[in-house]
Amino acid sequence: MFDIATFISRAIVQSIPLLYGCTGETISEKSGSLNLGIPGVMYVGGISGVIGSFLYEQSTDGELNTFLAIIIPLLACLLGSLLMGLLFSFLTITLRANQNVVGLAMTTFGVGFGNFFGGSLIKLTGSDVPSLALSRTSHCFAKQLPFADDLGWFGKIFFSYGFLAYAGIAVAIITSYILKRTRIGLHIRAIGENPATADAAGININKYKYISVCAGCMIAGLGGLYYVMDYASGVWSNDAFGDRGWLAIALVIFTIWRPNIAIFASMLFGGLYILYLFVPTGGNMAVKELYKMLPYIVTIIVLIITGMRNKRENQPPESLGLPYFREER
Amino acid sequence: MENKIPAVSMRGITKTFGSSVIANKDVDLDIYRGEVLSLLGENGSGKTTLMNMLSGIYYPDSGQIMIDGKPVTISSPREAFDYGIGMIHQHFKLVDVFTAAENIVLGLDSEEVPEQAAANESEEALDAEGGRKTKKKKRSKLNLKKASERIRQICDEYGFDVDPKQKIYNMSVSQKQTVEIVKALYRGAEILILDEPTAVLTPQEADKLFAVLRNMREDGKAIVIITHKLHEVESISDRVAILRKGEFIGQLITKETNAQEMTNMMVGREVALNIDRPEPLFSSPRLKIDGLTVRSSDGVLKLDDVSFTANSGEILGIAGISGCGQKELLEAIAGLQPVEKGTIKYIADDGTASDIVGKDPTEISAMGVALSFVPEDRLGMGLVGTMDLADNMMLRSFRKGKSLFTDRKTPRELAEKVVDELEINTESISTPVRKLSGGNVQKVLVGREIASAPTVLLSAYVVRGLDINSSYTIYDLLNQQKQKGVAVVYVGEDLDVLLELCDRIMVLCDGKVSGIVDGRTADKNGIGMMMTSLHQVPEGEEGINRNPERRSRR
Repeated sequence: MFDIATFISRAIVQSIPLLYGCTGETISEKSGSLNLGIPGVMYVGGISGVIGSFLYEQSTDGELNTFLAIIIPLLACLLGSLLMGLLFSFLTITLRANQNVVGLAMTTFGVGFGNFFGGSLIKLTGSDVPSLALSRTSHCFAKQLPFADDLGWFGKIFFSYGFLAYAGIAVAIITSYILKRTRIGLHIRAIGENPATADAAGININKYKYISVCAGCMIAGLGGLYYVMDYASGVWSNDAFGDRGWLAIALVIFTIWRPNIAIFASMLFGGLYILYLFVPTGGNMAVKELYKMLPYIVTIIVLIITGMRNKRENQPPESLGLPYFREER
Repeated sequence: MENKIPAVSMRGITKTFGSSVIANKDVDLDIYRGEVLSLLGENGSGKTTLMNMLSGIYYPDSGQIMIDGKPVTISSPREAFDYGIGMIHQHFKLVDVFTAAENIVLGLDSEEVPEQAAANESEEALDAEGGRKTKKKKRSKLNLKKASERIRQICDEYGFDVDPKQKIYNMSVSQKQTVEIVKALYRGAEILILDEPTAVLTPQEADKLFAVLRNMREDGKAIVIITHKLHEVESISDRVAILRKGEFIGQLITKETNAQEMTNMMVGREVALNIDRPEPLFSSPRLKIDGLTVRSSDGVLKLDDVSFTANSGEILGIAGISGCGQKELLEAIAGLQPVEKGTIKYIADDGTASDIVGKDPTEISAMGVALSFVPEDRLGMGLVGTMDLADNMMLRSFRKGKSLFTDRKTPRELAEKVVDELEINTESISTPVRKLSGGNVQKVLVGREIASAPTVLLSAYVVRGLDINSSYTIYDLLNQQKQKGVAVVYVGEDLDVLLELCDRIMVLCDGKVSGIVDGRTADKNGIGMMMTSLHQVPEGEEGINRNPERRSRR
C-alpha cells in the first residue's frame, strides 16, 4: 500500500538539504559566481556541525542544555561554510581565478575534509561501526512541533519536522523577496547580469560579490547540518551525504534561479529521489538505480523547455562565471 | 566666456595601460557650463579613456582634476555622480533583463530628489572635511513607483519618451540611449558626457537627440560629446578639443573653424576630404538576384521579392534605414540565411551561371564570395576577440593544406602584411584582437577578407565607428578592389559617402527595393524619400533608373 502521507513527509525531509543548497547557490549565481564548490561546502557545513556537537557532547555527561546543543553546532557549521565561502571569494573575486576550477577543487576538498574529520572522530570514539552517532544532539535538532502527533496525516505532512526544515523554507522565501524586491537584491542581480553597468552605477562590485558568495555558502552549509542532525538522526558516516550537493546545483537551473519555486521543486526532487523506496522494485537494484536518475532527467527536460521558450528572464545571469576587472580593455 | 570658472578642468592627465600603451599623455582640458564641447580624435586617440577618468571608471596615473576650481579625486563612478558627472557610454551600461526604472535607480540609495547643484553642496562638504561622506544619505526602501514618477517628470521637462516599465531588451537602440540620458539626469547630472551617441542612430533620431542636448545647454548644463562625424561637430558644439595619440593638440571655437582644419589637426597632416570614384572597368554581371524573399526565424518578412544585379568592377551601394533587410540580404548571399523564395545566381568569369541558394558558406566562399560583415557587435561574426591577429587570419585558411598540421606561417606573414599595409596600431601580431581599438579591428577584418582575393566583396557598415582617416583608408581599399574587377556591395549609413563612393545605389525600404539609382546623378533628398516610402519616386529618376523587373510588376 502506497502511504501518501508518509511519502510526502519523507519527500519533504529529503528536500530540505537540497533547498538549502539551492537557495545558497542561487544567491551566489545571481551575483555572477558559479560556485561549483557547493557540494563541498555542504560537506564542510555538516562536519563542522558534527565537530561542534561532538566536542559539546564529550564535555557534558548528563542532560544536554537544548540551547547550547543547538547553537554550538549551528555556529560551527556557519563558521565552517563561511570560511569555504571566503576561500572561494578570495580566489575567484580578488584573484580572478577560474570559477569552475576553484569550485571543483573546493568540492573535492570539502568531501575529503568531511571524510577525514569524520573518520578521525569515528576512530576517537572507538566505535565498531564506521559511523559516529550524536543522538543526544540530534534529539534537540529533530524535535517536531508538539501537536504533530495529534493531527493524524495533516500533522505528519505539515508539523512533523525539526526547526531547520521550517527555517529552510523561511530562508528561501526571504531570499526570494530580497532578490526581487529590495535595493540589495537589485544590486546583486545587476552585478550578475552586467558588472560593468553595476560598476558604472556606483555599486561596490567586490563587496556585493563577497557577501553573496559567503551568504550563499553559509546557507548551503546549513543543508549539510540539517542532513546530519535531523535527517540522519545525528549519525555521521563517510560519504553518506552523497551527491545531494550536485542535485542542489541542478535544482538552481530547474527553478530558473528562483528560491520560492525551489521550495516546491526541492520537494519534487526529494520525492523523485526516494520514489524507489515506495515503488515495489522486488529487490532489483538496477530498477532502483533507474529511479534515482529521475531528478536529473527532469532537470534535463526543464533545460530543454526553458531553452526552447527562450524567454530572457529565464536565462542564467548573463555574466555568470565571468570575472570582472574594471580597467580591463 | 573664457573668464568663467570651468565646470571641470583637467590638468596634466596621464594614463597608461600595462607598461607600453599610453592612452593619455599630459592632457589639459576645460569644460564649461552652458556649452557643448566636442572631443575629436582618431580611433584609439584616448578620447574615451580621458572621459572614463572623469566618470570614475579609470583612475589617472598622474594629473589633477578640478571641479568648479576645486581639486578633487574621482576614484569610483559613484563619486563621479556625486560631483554631478554623468556619462553615456558608447556601449550602453544597461541591464537587459531589467526595466527602464530599475536601470535608472540602480546603485542609488533612495528615490529622493538629489539636492540641486551638487557642486555647491560638495563644496560645503569638502570644506567641512570628511569629504562627501558627510552628506551620505541614508538608504530607503526601494520604491519603483516613486522612481517612475520622477522619471516621467524628467521626461516631460526635456521632451523624452520613456516607459519606466519597459524591459531594456525590448527597446530600440535609440530608446536605450534615452534611458541612459534620463538615468544621468535622474542622478542630478550637471556635466553630461556622451561617447559617440549618434553612431547607432538614424539621422532623424540624431536630430532629436541634438534638440534635447540644446535644451540642456540652455539649462546651463555642461555637455561633452565624443564623435567622429564632423558635420555633427559643426552643428551641435560650441568648442572643439582635439586629441591625437593620447595627447591634447589644441582647441578651436567651432564657428571659426572648418572640417578641413579639424581633420588636419586630428590626423597631424593634410588629408584630402574627397573620395575617388574611378570609372568601372570590364563591368559585367557577377551576381544576379531574382525575387529573393527571406523570413527571419520568428517569421517576420525581412526581404520581399528583391531583384538586382551586382556587376564586377563596380561598387553597388545599398541604402536604407537600418534594419530594412540589409543584413539579411548579405547573409542570404553568403549562405548564412535560409532563403524562402528566389534565386541568387553567381556568374563566373567564363559566363557560366550557378545558383548558390542552398549551398553552405564554405562552398560559397570557395567560389569567391567574401563577406566582410560588421554587425553592431564588431567582434561577433568576423573575428574572434580573444585570439590574436595571426590566428584570426588563420580562420580563413585553416582548411587549406593536406597535412595533419595547420600551416601557421602563411597567416602569420599575412597578419604582418596587413598590419603593415593598413597601418594597424597594435603592439604585435600576437595581441588579442579584442584589445585593439575599433578602427584597427575593422582594418584587420577587411584586410583579411581582401587578402583571400574574392570576386564578390560584401561589406556592411564597414566604417561604423571609424574615424575619418581610417574610413578613407577603407574607401581606398574598396576602390582598389573595384579596379581589380571585384563586385563590391557596400551597405552604408552615410548618404553623402554612398553618393560619393558608389556607382549605383539600391535603396531598400522595409525589405523591398524602392529603386536603384545612379550614384553620379542621384541626389540626397531623393534617396532619403525612397528610404522612407516605396511609392514616392523622385522626379526624373523613374524612367532610366528604376529597376526594370520591379517596374514591370507594378
